[in-house]
Amino acid sequence: MEYEAVIGLEVHVQLNTRSKMFTRVGTGFGQPPNTLTDPVVLGLPGALPVMNRDAIEKSIKVGLLLGCKIAEVCKWDRKNYFYPDMPKNYQISQFDQPICEGGKVEIEMPGENPAKMGSHRMVELTRIHLEEDVGKLTHYEQDSLVDYNRAGSPLLEIVSEPDMHSPEEVFAYLTSLRNSLVAAGISACDMEKGQLRCDANISVRPKGTTTLGTKVEIKNLNTISGVRNGVEYEIRRQVRAIEEGTEIIQETRRWNPEQKYTTPMRTKEMAHDYRYFPDPDLMPVKIDEAWIERVAKELPEKPFDKQRRYQKDMNLPYSATSSLCGDHLLCAYFEEATDLAKSATKTANWVVNDLLRELSQANKVDEFSEESDKVMTPQSCPVSPQNLAELINLIEDGKLTNNVAKELFPEMFTSGKTVSDLIKEKGLDQKSDNGEIEGICADAIANDSDAAEKFRGGKEGAINALKGAVMKATRGQANPKVVDETLRRLLS
Amino acid sequence: MSQDSPIFKTATELSADLTAGKISSVELTQAMIERVETVDEKVHAFLHLDKEDALAQAKASDERRSTGECLSPLDGIPVGLKDVISVKDQPLTAASKILENYRSPYDATVTVKLKQAGAVVAGRLNLDEFAMGSSTENSAYGPTRNPWDLERVPGGSSGGSSAAVAAREVPLSLGSDTGGSIRQPASLCGVVGMKPTYGMVSRYGLAAFASSLDQIGPFSTTVEDTALLLETISGHDPLDSTSFPKEIPSYSAELKKPAQAGVIGLPKEFFGPGMDDEVRAKVEQSIEHYRSLGYQTKEVSLPSTDLSIPVYYVIATAEASSNLARYDGIRYTSRSNRAQNAIDVYAKSRGEGFGAEVKRRCLLGAYGLSSGYYDAYYLRAQKARTLIRQDFERVFKEVDAVLTPTAPTPAFKFGEKSEDPISMYLSDIFTISTNLAGLPGISVPCGFTQSGLPVGMQLIGQAFEESSLLNIAHAYDRDHLYGRQAPNL
Amino acid sequence: MSEDAPMDIDYVANLARIELSDEEKTTYQKQLGDVLKYFEKLQELKVDGVEPTAHAFPRYNVWDQDESKKGFSALEALKNAPQSRQDQVVVPKVIEE
Repeated sequence: MEYEAVIGLEVHVQLNTRSKMFTRVGTGFGQPPNTLTDPVVLGLPGALPVMNRDAIEKSIKVGLLLGCKIAEVCKWDRKNYFYPDMPKNYQISQFDQPICEGGKVEIEMPGENPAKMGSHRMVELTRIHLEEDVGKLTHYEQDSLVDYNRAGSPLLEIVSEPDMHSPEEVFAYLTSLRNSLVAAGISACDMEKGQLRCDANISVRPKGTTTLGTKVEIKNLNTISGVRNGVEYEIRRQVRAIEEGTEIIQETRRWNPEQKYTTPMRTKEMAHDYRYFPDPDLMPVKIDEAWIERVAKELPEKPFDKQRRYQKDMNLPYSATSSLCGDHLLCAYFEEATDLAKSATKTANWVVNDLLRELSQANKVDEFSEESDKVMTPQSCPVSPQNLAELINLIEDGKLTNNVAKELFPEMFTSGKTVSDLIKEKGLDQKSDNGEIEGICADAIANDSDAAEKFRGGKEGAINALKGAVMKATRGQANPKVVDETLRRLLS
Repeated sequence: MSQDSPIFKTATELSADLTAGKISSVELTQAMIERVETVDEKVHAFLHLDKEDALAQAKASDERRSTGECLSPLDGIPVGLKDVISVKDQPLTAASKILENYRSPYDATVTVKLKQAGAVVAGRLNLDEFAMGSSTENSAYGPTRNPWDLERVPGGSSGGSSAAVAAREVPLSLGSDTGGSIRQPASLCGVVGMKPTYGMVSRYGLAAFASSLDQIGPFSTTVEDTALLLETISGHDPLDSTSFPKEIPSYSAELKKPAQAGVIGLPKEFFGPGMDDEVRAKVEQSIEHYRSLGYQTKEVSLPSTDLSIPVYYVIATAEASSNLARYDGIRYTSRSNRAQNAIDVYAKSRGEGFGAEVKRRCLLGAYGLSSGYYDAYYLRAQKARTLIRQDFERVFKEVDAVLTPTAPTPAFKFGEKSEDPISMYLSDIFTISTNLAGLPGISVPCGFTQSGLPVGMQLIGQAFEESSLLNIAHAYDRDHLYGRQAPNL
Repeated sequence: MSEDAPMDIDYVANLARIELSDEEKTTYQKQLGDVLKYFEKLQELKVDGVEPTAHAFPRYNVWDQDESKKGFSALEALKNAPQSRQDQVVVPKVIEE
């Protein structure tokens, strides 16, 4: 029998606000333990929460970007359960009035090959709500340590419908969601830093049936590949269980990324009696049309819309657009360069090949340095979009050969010098002086009368020997187009 | 002790004496410390008194004054705090074993305001554990005794705050009132106690019992002093989202303006059976006095009154069960040494650290919120709360204040009600609906029973109309000054 | 309410994470049963169409701008902790996450 998996995801995204959700102490990653704390974060007696307006605005932005309905009024509820990483033993969250409802995430499945676009579809969202993050527990042999730096950071929970059916779709969903959120500037979505975390609800049913199978929740899917592998494992486990006639228990399982399997988590008795009630310490949020309109004006173009525009309006090949559109900073760089450059396709190719290569090399080296946090971006790299456009235009104008340009680019990247600086420095000015080239061409014809005769006799390829001689004489600095024209004129 | 001693003076008088140079803050604070050392063995209003710290604040006040600087009328005057209000580097036990070793690393907003006013913030005052109770018998550190009769309770939960003022250990103190916890002990101890409108005084730094009902408020011997302390601690606080943005007038200046006699409502539901005869007689005398001052009185009805106790206990215990979850033996509260794992830490630390009433209320609160019961209890209580609020809104279209007894009986004996939660809960019957409606209420001493126990009347005002309420209370108080009578200790 | 659905004291004690002795269980079961019985008048009340009161004086959008301020040092944060190590709070082993 064939089986179909039904998968829903709960994605937690940390918003990149300066201060926490309900108090104004700072947020951040990698700070000394328990230094991003205050009476509110630690849940001291008497501490009270005060909302962060920016976190609410960022949530509205995400909601608009994903086509959700933004609530006119939303409120805060306490979710009560005991856990050492949660200072108050209740989490301030949103239960029955979330900030966003509905919405969609466009996903693209892999095409036949990297040059071919895959199929697109919309994954439905249930809701998005805002809550506070918990602290971080580190487990040791004998005990556990708690650092509350992360506790109280604004956390957005994006809940999808059970609308995905394969690990590939899950991967596509997460990739697309992440690209959109990064483009909106609301989070860096770095999974390594816990800025994006994911739980999956998975069930399996015979293909063609519509009733849902027993749902299993998978936690600890903390890398993109972990999500793909964990989901894949769990689907296989459930199919095997059905085939073997074992019962699938509704439970929470934990993905073990080292051993690559899921194990049941100790079932917390009454884990689901969260005793939600409206938080009496906080007032509700009212979101009016004017606010929504203001936020809507700041929305970025959605990555897939941008990709379609690049293909349609700029005639860029699919492969270039797919490399560009996963990275909004790269797109911004590209758009700035292509505004100045004479060829959009060439610009795209330079960006996705040469610029990306140099960037990844630069960031690889930096990984071991003290400031591994400081990633070099297209914007912060030494080659400005203007420099790249200048380089492309010199090639287009026939003033620089592609080969030389390819050699110069890494040097531009390391030195920060412009292409014209380097050309001058190295005496590489391409010879386009027609008088000088004409002389050299005439010499070449005179020195190789054999080739000249063959060409005149109709043997087109013979001209290459003459071109080679001219290039040799000019040490490659003659513009090939000019050389070709000159030789043909002299030979006619 | 001589009646000329500074401990028998009101804060208003002490303020004048300090200004006139008749006494220094250090002398005053020293007198207060001596008084505590003399009488608190009997009364047990204090859980802790940092004498050095108090004298250092007094000295700083005297130094300011010597350079011509005076921060406010309260500069140099000692104020005691219920042990649920945070003061940086001082203990905050909430009269619970679980907070035995805790010291607050920060100041509550009211503490900041008192310090800015130059007051000498001195003493941690006893209470029912986590403010849950009406007799101060629920303190893990032993009960406070009523200064008028040491065999009787001072009321609660702010029994330490009321007893300390009644015993003349401090001229002023702060308590907190969730269902009557300021007004009822004020009544039982024969002092003035006021719960402001919800949102007038910041709750930041007050260990929460029931967040939607808690308010901090003053204790003093006169309404005049209450006005002085209230204007010092009131005002919008950006650290408390439920704090109300409103200009605070000088209540004490307002008291000096001639006030027009208004209309006083007498809710018939509050004068039914179950009230002690002597209490009834005293309250009726005070009504007569208002009539003699030209006030009109009018019978009114608050039909939802009999709902107030169940509504209150459902809401308050639900909020408390969540608010007290943080006392878990992990970050700052005492940890059971029997704990083998994290789950154990919670159940054992809380089982060992909480007293019986706190346990009962946390259990009741968890039950009322639990799956399947939320709609029948919590949500229903919130709806009934709306009806109680609407009762008052209707009544306040016709009257300026509502007058009731503060408590159905004078101070009762230790142990009289402690085994029967419901009879204890009923001692708050007259004060609870004020909290549910968010309104200001003040208890003013209105005489003594034949056996010498104080009786208090309660005046309830309109939301955010503290000024008017204080004026009405003052009109009675200045003619009687029952709060100025001190017990023999 | 209390008669047809008595409070499951073990369930509630576990929810509230309070260890109770057998004696306490018996006492509280009885006392809270009485309290719930006393609360029955709430069940009889007609509340159709009545809006719940969550706040005595509700307002909207009580918030701060997103500005970060300095917090505690690790020392201040852990001053009251029953047990700490490496600037973190020590808790007995957490059995499974």
